[in-house]
Amino acid sequence: MVRPLLTAHRDVRPKNAMDNAKSLPRAHPAADAAASEPAGFDFAQSRRDSLRRKLVERSVHAVLFLCALISVLTTTGIVITLLGETIQFFGEVPIVDFLTGTRWTPLFASKSFGVLPLVNGTIVVALVAIVVAVPIGLLTAIFLSEFAPARLRSVIKPVLEVLAGIPTVVYGYFALQFVTPILRDIFPQTQIFNVASAGIVMGFMILPMMASISEDALRAVPRDLREGAFALGATRFEVVSRVVVPGALSGILAAVILSISRAIGETMIVAIAAGLQPQMGFDLLRSMETMTAYIVQVSLGDTPQGGIEFRTIFAVGTLLFVMTLVMNLLSDLLVRRYREAYE
Amino acid sequence: MSAQATGAIPSADVWRASQARRRWSGWLFYGLAVVSTLMGLVMLGALLFDIFTDGAREVDWHFLSNYPSRIADNAGLRSALLGSLWMLAFTAIIAFPLGVGAAIYLEEYAPDNWLTRFIQLNIANLAGVPSIVYGLLGLGLFVRWLALGRVVLAGSMTMALLILPLIIVASRESIRAVPDSLREGSYALGATRWQMVRQTVLPSAAGGILTGTILALARAIGETAPLITIGALTYVAFDPNGPLDIFTVLPIQIFNWVSLPQKEFHSLAAGGIVVLLVVLLTANSLAVYLRYRMQRRLQ
Repeated sequence: MVRPLLTAHRDVRPKNAMDNAKSLPRAHPAADAAASEPAGFDFAQSRRDSLRRKLVERSVHAVLFLCALISVLTTTGIVITLLGETIQFFGEVPIVDFLTGTRWTPLFASKSFGVLPLVNGTIVVALVAIVVAVPIGLLTAIFLSEFAPARLRSVIKPVLEVLAGIPTVVYGYFALQFVTPILRDIFPQTQIFNVASAGIVMGFMILPMMASISEDALRAVPRDLREGAFALGATRFEVVSRVVVPGALSGILAAVILSISRAIGETMIVAIAAGLQPQMGFDLLRSMETMTAYIVQVSLGDTPQGGIEFRTIFAVGTLLFVMTLVMNLLSDLLVRRYREAYE
Repeated sequence: MSAQATGAIPSADVWRASQARRRWSGWLFYGLAVVSTLMGLVMLGALLFDIFTDGAREVDWHFLSNYPSRIADNAGLRSALLGSLWMLAFTAIIAFPLGVGAAIYLEEYAPDNWLTRFIQLNIANLAGVPSIVYGLLGLGLFVRWLALGRVVLAGSMTMALLILPLIIVASRESIRAVPDSLREGSYALGATRWQMVRQTVLPSAAGGILTGTILALARAIGETAPLITIGALTYVAFDPNGPLDIFTVLPIQIFNWVSLPQKEFHSLAAGGIVVLLVVLLTANSLAVYLRYRMQRRLQ
């Protein structure tokens, strides 16, 4: 029986191996038999065992490969599902009208399929979220990586992670029932459903992601650079603002882009707190509809499947998918760049 | 500094003033960083406080065992809880073997070629796809093309695809953490690759894999958007009894109550959120506990 010999012989500790592979010897009855009665070694049996093992190995390999392939199939499935309906949609509505129209009324009697009001709503909410998440997230990251003692950091980080684990429907409730009343106290003209409260709460939802990716980027800046700056007499603030942050810029930028992408794709907060009125403009205290909220609105309604109204959600979904995909790839590229720079 | 280099030495007053400015700008920045860090924590505190004061008194046995109702006093979570359980069970059954299988393949079997890199890129990107897009996939693929309808199984399959990248990433990390010496020991005893994986790698990595799976399932409990898209109902007044029944889940019931104009239903929503958060907290504590135990065992 020829076993694959390992090319790299590092420190092999048989004790550990035995602990973790207690049942190994039993898996080789032929080898046992060979050891105790060398005279009666059954070569035919051994060959059959070896064949059987080879067969098992091959099929396991194939099954595991198929498991890994599911991810590719998922992507393919997403693209085919979205494109199939979207192409049919563009057969009825010209793509130019869809991408440049400023009136979105597919559920009304006089239909109009200009997606810009939904895009406008999506971008405005995302901007509010970014204005909250980026400065707070970056400063949190700086505090955790440059100022906080290790023990404090090990307490704060997991607590902040809790923010990321809270279901989005909970944030929606919080925005509508807690933040909106406060906004209405300060600005009486605020509508019940408004962009500001959804955006602010969304900002806190993506805060942990922003903070944790930025912190990784800050930590990747080598110690030598910091110590060099300290040696020149820089204060801690000067080291952070002129050496560490510039050194981590591509990683921080990646975090920002990923945060925007997350904000664009977020659904339940806006469906609950931002309202369902597709409109242009930048008035944060008014209600707007985002792309995701529109998909929810149609899914909840009694729109018959197969009609043009129903296909709109796939067209909007395709646009959403493309926007987030481009941003995710861009951020991936940036992350790779800072890794290459320092490793 | 450049002023010094060109020769003009600043007077002591100028130097002292600049020192003071540098010192207080440093303190100001430090203060900003501390305040920012606190803001996240304060927001979390406000959120939990708001929800528990609104909702804790709603949670009792009636609330858990009644069906939803148009009369707020009678309304409960029964069908939503059962729906979440059914969905979660089938999500776990589908996603766990697929995710762990993919992780084993990528860590122990995959050759370093374009296909492997393509699969890895794919998994990374899938993790960033908005959850509602998964909902559209489930609607197009499972509900309509496979003609399953708006049933538990369609929801579970959609959710399984959604959490698959999370399980794969967590499992890969914990498989990678198994020292090579164990693998080589196993090979040295004559194990084939699969025997080595099954008897050596998987037992050592089990803790991390389980932790990752529980966290991924916790995510599935809280997801709302994809299930709304595939058409899980908002009002179910019967028990779902299997994978092919129509259903609702906890977060959708909460969403439904939040969307109603009457105030009584808003406290019901808060009550539902309390239940949801308790379930999530339990799942997360279990994951943390498992990780802790496995770490101790390895040491």
